[in-house]
Amino acid sequence: MAEINLVEAVNLALAHELARDEAVVLLGEDIGANGGVFRATVGLQQRFGAGRVVDTPLAETAIVGTAIGMAAMGLRPVAEIQFSGFLYPAIDHLINHAARLRNRTRGRLTCPLVVRTPCGGGIHAPEHHSESPEAMLAHTPGLRVVMPSSPARAYGLLLAAIRDPDPVMFLEPTRMYRLFRQEVADDGEALPLDVCFTLRGGTDLTLVSWGAMLHETQAAADALATEGISAEVIDVATLKPLDLPTILESVARTGRCVIVHEAARTAGLGAEIAAGLAEEGLYSLLAPVQRVTGYDTVMPLSRLETQYLPSVERIVAAARKTLEAS
Amino acid sequence: MSTVARFQIDHVRFLDPQGEALGPLPDFARDPAQLVPMYRAMYLTRTFDAKAIALQRTGKLGTFASALGQEAIGVGVASAMRAEDALFPSYREHAAQLVRGVRIEESLRYWGGDERGSDFAQARHDFPNCVPIGTQVCHAAGAAYAFKLRGEARAAVCFLGDGGSSKGDFYEGLNFAAVWKAPLLIVVSNNQWAISVPRSAQSATATLAQKAIAAGVDGVQVDGNDLVAVHHVAREALAKARAGGRPTLIEAVTYRLGDHTTADDASRYRDPAVVQEQWSFEPLTRLRNHLVGLGAWGPDKEEALARECTETVSAAVEAYLNTPPPTTAAMFEHLFATLPAALVAQRDEALRFAPRKAGGQPGGDHG
Repeated sequence: MAEINLVEAVNLALAHELARDEAVVLLGEDIGANGGVFRATVGLQQRFGAGRVVDTPLAETAIVGTAIGMAAMGLRPVAEIQFSGFLYPAIDHLINHAARLRNRTRGRLTCPLVVRTPCGGGIHAPEHHSESPEAMLAHTPGLRVVMPSSPARAYGLLLAAIRDPDPVMFLEPTRMYRLFRQEVADDGEALPLDVCFTLRGGTDLTLVSWGAMLHETQAAADALATEGISAEVIDVATLKPLDLPTILESVARTGRCVIVHEAARTAGLGAEIAAGLAEEGLYSLLAPVQRVTGYDTVMPLSRLETQYLPSVERIVAAARKTLEAS
Repeated sequence: MSTVARFQIDHVRFLDPQGEALGPLPDFARDPAQLVPMYRAMYLTRTFDAKAIALQRTGKLGTFASALGQEAIGVGVASAMRAEDALFPSYREHAAQLVRGVRIEESLRYWGGDERGSDFAQARHDFPNCVPIGTQVCHAAGAAYAFKLRGEARAAVCFLGDGGSSKGDFYEGLNFAAVWKAPLLIVVSNNQWAISVPRSAQSATATLAQKAIAAGVDGVQVDGNDLVAVHHVAREALAKARAGGRPTLIEAVTYRLGDHTTADDASRYRDPAVVQEQWSFEPLTRLRNHLVGLGAWGPDKEEALARECTETVSAAVEAYLNTPPPTTAAMFEHLFATLPAALVAQRDEALRFAPRKAGGQPGGDHG
């Protein structure tokens, strides 16, 4: 079993599904001979042909729009949006069509579509390349929103997303693409969607996060452990629909919760999770829920981006605040 | 300096506004067995159209978009399609939809505020009405790609209006289909009006058909009120598409004789005298005169057809008005293949607070 990084795990999952199901097609900009700007599709066009690994013209609206037509007519398209900030031209098709084709036709037509896009900052990328659009997408009824945080979960969740009969937004944290390697078996075993993954058990507080922020969140848990504080860490993984029961169950044991996300704070998914805790878990809370998030500012260019991204220090400080509250 | 590209746009018309042949006709245009069903479909469309407006005016239907004056386009194109092709309509294409087998009561359910209206009993692969302008061009291009990839002799056909041809989705879908050599037919029903904005303010191009040229697609303009012309170019375009050829764009020039929708009052922005003038070019009279000239039609048949269409529409209206209301749970049932656990509580809440008589009245919940 090989040790691979997250972007290689994406490649492995795509190759597995292309080989398994001839209805699977990939489309996007520069995904063919070039293998994708992040190399997620390296070698796939050579192996599966230009008919199934399609270099499209440069137009994101039509990448998603045509993928909807393909999906409705029996293909299993996996569309790549090259950079997160280029997703926005396709929002009309995602909200008005992909998310509601099944509902609009009472199940007659469906849209088994995956849209992959890198997301998040921290790699000194140019403007418009470091977006965190998950809350906007999660607000749309009919869309699933998934974000992996490790090579193994990227592989297993992407398999699940491609096999799912409905549209899935698969947001790949750019900063995680090559952050670490992990053994991943190409066994075709999908991981479940719609559930959180508890990455480490703990008794004193619950840290909830997703995507690249789990790197800092886990480091914060390590730092807290050196002080004898036991933090449970939850990877939300599927952001919509949200697996609130797993978070509630954890907080029922720990009594404290810190939610960490890179996206801007206002109306971010941290607010949704905090509201869920207020509605259904208030009496198990020993301290107010804390959020550590990106600021409500424009994502800065590279020289300031590390000041925007939640740091280990900010997470530890928020954790301390919950511990000092009672 | 040298010229590196030239283009020309042909205009196709076989019958003049009085239904007189302007020259040699294609074979089908002399064959009543092919023409009469198309005339009947146009007549049924117009009968349905008038009834739908009447239903809306009496509070029994929601907002409705009339196809008055544009019947030849939908019927002429859809009659050239095969069952296995797929239609990607705008919201003004019930002429095409009726030919495709969409039932009048289904269309009424849709306009009456019920998603079940888009669960067509026939035409199972056809897309539902597309309200966001021009987006269906991309969907149709993708469908055409799927047909081509699987080696199927099927075509995707999409309809949009003159206003839709200003959208980026139109250009992008057109361009993708061209690059892919996908079996796609794009029909621009140029009815001269995008709600209140006239064709002259919509685009500076001499024709809308020439927008195809920039994408490397064949573009042709037809008299959209001449059923023979529309059907002829659609047959040619679809034969080419099924044979693995390039996409085609047809600009069908017509005139929107009615308001944009029942929510619109076109007298606010256009001269009724001009509309009155346009009635002399409308498509039913033209085809009827041609059929009379062929000896295939007369007052008796016309009267019988009128009666038959009225009865057909009345029966459909009755079926529509007698449709059981949608269930409260239906909001949740088709959101995903399986209702996610996170939504179960919301569904239960909706059920708990549902009125005893759920689903409102046909045409909207008037309380």
